[in-house]
Amino acid sequence: MVPFAGWEMPVQYAGVGVEHAQVRRSVGLFDVSHMGEVRVTGSKAEAALQQLLTNDISAIKVGQAQYNAMCHPTGGVVDDLVVYRLGASEFLVCVNAANRSKDFDWMIANNPFPGEAVFVDEGDQWAQIAVQGRNARATLQKLTSVNLEPIANYHFSPGVFAGVEGCIIARTGYTGEDGFEVFIPADRAVPVWDAVLAAGAEYGIQPIGLGARDTLRLEVRYCLYGHELNDETSPLQAGLGWITKLKKPGGFIGSEAILARKEQNEPKLVGMVIDGGRIARDGMEVLHDGAKVGVVTSGTRAPSVEKSVALAYVRADLANPGQRLIIDVRGREAEAEVVAGPFYKRDY
Amino acid sequence: MKFPADLKYTAHDEWARVEDGVLTLGITDFAQDALGDLVHVELPKVGARFKAGDAVCEVESVKAVASVYSPVDGEVVEVNGALDGSEETINQDPYGDGWLVRLKVNDAAGLSSLLDLAAYQAKLAK
Repeated sequence: MVPFAGWEMPVQYAGVGVEHAQVRRSVGLFDVSHMGEVRVTGSKAEAALQQLLTNDISAIKVGQAQYNAMCHPTGGVVDDLVVYRLGASEFLVCVNAANRSKDFDWMIANNPFPGEAVFVDEGDQWAQIAVQGRNARATLQKLTSVNLEPIANYHFSPGVFAGVEGCIIARTGYTGEDGFEVFIPADRAVPVWDAVLAAGAEYGIQPIGLGARDTLRLEVRYCLYGHELNDETSPLQAGLGWITKLKKPGGFIGSEAILARKEQNEPKLVGMVIDGGRIARDGMEVLHDGAKVGVVTSGTRAPSVEKSVALAYVRADLANPGQRLIIDVRGREAEAEVVAGPFYKRDY
Repeated sequence: MKFPADLKYTAHDEWARVEDGVLTLGITDFAQDALGDLVHVELPKVGARFKAGDAVCEVESVKAVASVYSPVDGEVVEVNGALDGSEETINQDPYGDGWLVRLKVNDAAGLSSLLDLAAYQAKLAK
């Protein structure tokens, strides 16, 4: 067990490689109760989130979820998060564990409509599991009368799950597979965990630790706050232009700075495949013609593609696919190539 | 966890088997378990010479990278090239097919620093 943002969490149960393969091949169960939840209500709830967040909240309907970012006035990222629209004026915002209090304090301090938009930290009231993999739906359908098949990607349904009322069943995840995340009232979580393990037994379901959670997300190039995103990086640098609606009416906190920074040719986040088997790690330098041109933010051996892969911020003119670069791996040069798109794509 | 009685050990969780002046080196069951799934091994070249205490190779897992140290002065006479792409062999069979390098021992006096099973287990128990 390792301390993670104040939570004692297993890095691995059966082993990172075994767990990773289980999710890619069938289905795995993650305890993600460490994630924070903030409920936002009030007549100006939507307007407040529009100001605080980069994506266009007005574009999602009740029952829909949206990936989003919250920025400083400098354009740096306070956190990346997912917003679930529970009602016309009611939202649940799921934030990173390590940023829970930072995010909540930020929302309160920057709430443009105090009184008309109310933020409540519900992090202690929710447990959360993620069930990910091609057999996730078949596993979970045994535990609920909510028909899961028509719930589209990034949509959700409230309902009774494993006999527990007041759950939220969302078709979201962090693995690149089909799957669900289920919010459960915290005091009812333990029996639900056991029920999911029993329901997935025929698919060989296993608990999955933080180690495989990281290799799974890295293979599909999802950002991890603290690595690809931080208080300085602009969402555009990280390739998150698709959630950054600079033309949103009224803008949002950070929109002007992000627009100005767009013209500055800042370093860009790229995916790289490394020749040979050496592993790049967070903080290693990226070199070109003997000069430092970037820094690695995440690296691993990608089990599903059997390659050593990395994410790195590199000088914008060297960020094109096919570009050859060097990574300084503890004093030895590892050759690498910039590649487009995710390292892994699911085939169903 | 297994620790064969016929092997020698080091304080850095390597094991060694000495036969006819050649020392076979690997990492112990404890070390492979602590590192987790091994994904890369950086082996030395045959003919490379090392002093006792020098790092002779690196083993890298999903979680961490560790140096493997030579317990003696010696010259590399063979490396386990079969590990390339099959690094999990070290996890599965650390004392057999998961061996790393073979060194011709140049200074037999250095062998006296190796730990026997009881001494290694005592170190692990600390």
